[in-house]
Amino acid sequence: MDSAARIQRRVRRETRPRQAFEYVEGWGMAVGAESRVWKPTSAHEVSEVFDQVRSRGTTLAMRGSGCSYGDASINSRGDVLDIRGMNRILEFNEDTGIANCEAGVTLRDLWRHSLPRGYWPRVVSGTMFPTLAGAAGMNIHGKNNYKVGTIGDAIQDIDVVLPTGELVTVSRAERPELFHGIIGGFGMLGAITRVRIATKRIHSGDIDVCGISSANLTEMMAYMDAHTGDADYLVGWLDCFAKGAALGRGLIHHARYLAPGDDPEPERTLTIDHQELPGSILGFPKGEVWRILKLFSNDYGMRLMNFTKHQMGKLEQRNGWHRQSHAGFNFLLDYVPNWKFAYGRSGGDGLIQYQVFLPAESAQAGLTAVLERCQKRLHVSYLGVLKRHRPDPFLLTHGLDGWSLAMDFKVTSANRGDVWRTTDELTRIVLDHGGNFYFAKDAVIGPKTTRQMFGEERLAKFRELKEALDPEDMLQTDLSRRAFGSGGDFTSVPPPAPSVGV
Amino acid sequence: MGAALVRQLCAQGYSVAAVARRRELLDALAEDAGGGPGRVLAYAHDVNSIDEIPGIFESIVHDLGGLDFYVYAAGVMPGVGPEEYDTEKDLAMVDVNLGGAIAWTNPVARYFHSQRAGTIVGIGSIAGDRGRKGAPVYGATKAALATYLESLRNRLAERAVRVVTIKPGMIETPMTEHLDKLVMPISAEKAAKDILKVSRGRLWNERHVPLRWLGVSMIIRSIPSFLFRRTNI
Repeated sequence: MDSAARIQRRVRRETRPRQAFEYVEGWGMAVGAESRVWKPTSAHEVSEVFDQVRSRGTTLAMRGSGCSYGDASINSRGDVLDIRGMNRILEFNEDTGIANCEAGVTLRDLWRHSLPRGYWPRVVSGTMFPTLAGAAGMNIHGKNNYKVGTIGDAIQDIDVVLPTGELVTVSRAERPELFHGIIGGFGMLGAITRVRIATKRIHSGDIDVCGISSANLTEMMAYMDAHTGDADYLVGWLDCFAKGAALGRGLIHHARYLAPGDDPEPERTLTIDHQELPGSILGFPKGEVWRILKLFSNDYGMRLMNFTKHQMGKLEQRNGWHRQSHAGFNFLLDYVPNWKFAYGRSGGDGLIQYQVFLPAESAQAGLTAVLERCQKRLHVSYLGVLKRHRPDPFLLTHGLDGWSLAMDFKVTSANRGDVWRTTDELTRIVLDHGGNFYFAKDAVIGPKTTRQMFGEERLAKFRELKEALDPEDMLQTDLSRRAFGSGGDFTSVPPPAPSVGV
Repeated sequence: MGAALVRQLCAQGYSVAAVARRRELLDALAEDAGGGPGRVLAYAHDVNSIDEIPGIFESIVHDLGGLDFYVYAAGVMPGVGPEEYDTEKDLAMVDVNLGGAIAWTNPVARYFHSQRAGTIVGIGSIAGDRGRKGAPVYGATKAALATYLESLRNRLAERAVRVVTIKPGMIETPMTEHLDKLVMPISAEKAAKDILKVSRGRLWNERHVPLRWLGVSMIIRSIPSFLFRRTNI
């Protein structure tokens, strides 16, 4: 080979759609797998990815920002489609607040675009990083679920590339069975490539917030039930370590939007600058704060942290109503970047989130039983979050007229079996009380739980859709194989911890 | 040196993927190590075939069931005469010593980045410490490699990935066979042992192997240029 040819050979053209070989993990780090990750930048490239994956006879998982805690966007037996390359906001109507976005746009991109124009997304999660495709696929909810429903309720229409490669637009009017199946369908029916979503008019960049300390779960639930009418947001933080009469003690945050005129200077608060989260916490740069949290990441430390937070909550209640920015109130999980590292960074360390949903009539009994069982099993959640919910029309929804409690369990390579056994006991309690689970937060449930919580009729409808749209079963994830198999277990087998290090 | 590393890792019970040009030597190596507790998977590949690399890398990770330790040891050092300015020969060196290193290490670095764990080991050289009369391009490729690895080290530190640059002195390998005499030579086995030890430790980011070359290197680097050009180092 002469030198000119050699030099030419080295200048290669990159192949499209772009791809890379990576380790893909759930946000909680406890589960992950190697995959070829495709990064398309247009709906056309998405269908090209489908073609290539089909021709190689493998499977494909849908992934956004990877904010699902468990294995919802992991595929240990195939490829992954990462939608984040499609991140343009195509149109924003300043009269109606309706945003037309490519599906890789994140909630962060959306609010930063809408807020200066006087709008805030109707539904946001505790972190601002999920993509709209991921949020729609999991049908996420916020602290106002009891009032405005899930993000699916705010979505007007979506573009979906079906596994056949066909691009369809679906909405409540146009092919509603697809619309209601794909939203909440956790990426099993197609790739969402565009989302038209409604946002809410706001008259200030601030929101009125009040902390209410409550001595136990009964008190907390009574307060929240009494205020579903007048509160725009209601969320309860729970100290899961407290026992006996103090079981479920904690702090409620009650928030309401400001009416026009309440904010003397909306032009100042409706800016992105005003919404920025603090750069440091107690003097520490926030990027490093997880190192401090790590010191407390054990049962004693967390018992102390939860106790302290409860006492601080009492002080907060004395301060009464105060104003906080929308971002500051909603995105609590983003104050400490990578707080998950507090659970350990080496192979096999991490956390799983386990969120249980219980119908209103049995919630009190069910939640009490769940908290007591955690304490008995010595797997107490380091963080507990209580929310109020309402039903919604989506096929595989977790929404119900009731309550949810989200819990974080620490996972190490050594304690996996034990944690999974604890969740197995909890899952049986929840099912006995007529409850259900939510895929974005799940890493454990087995096929029997899925059958029981959705019921045969809804599952049959979903299978029918899947059969029709994806007859080759190309779209799969570890989650779909775990929770929709034919097995008879309430809880899956814990995946092996990734082992790393020579 | 690569073969010695494979044999030692295998003897310690690791599963090792060996990538090299010559199939018959690879098979001999796999057979040789076959009796040990570990296993050797052989992949015949020329680092000049850049297009093959992503595919081979994927199959390696799948076949091994993961990856947490990677060494790039490919290197060539053809003899270069004192008045030789042969572009083709020089670019062949750049291709293997630097181009191949980048083409292989990039996907590995991306993978370790996403995994938040792993160790990357690159074999530089004492020749990269100073621009010597005898090896203009060989020295330049090794210096460039060291800088490239330093960048990766800084990039990947927050992902808990370790990047180690080994700077061997004179090692008895096929690459140095054509040299008349070796100064302070050690065997490839000894060098491989040192490399594994250093890479597992936390102390060194860049390490001369054997360590006595660090002293030599410090002296050589401290010679002012107007004197250095009068020497025959």
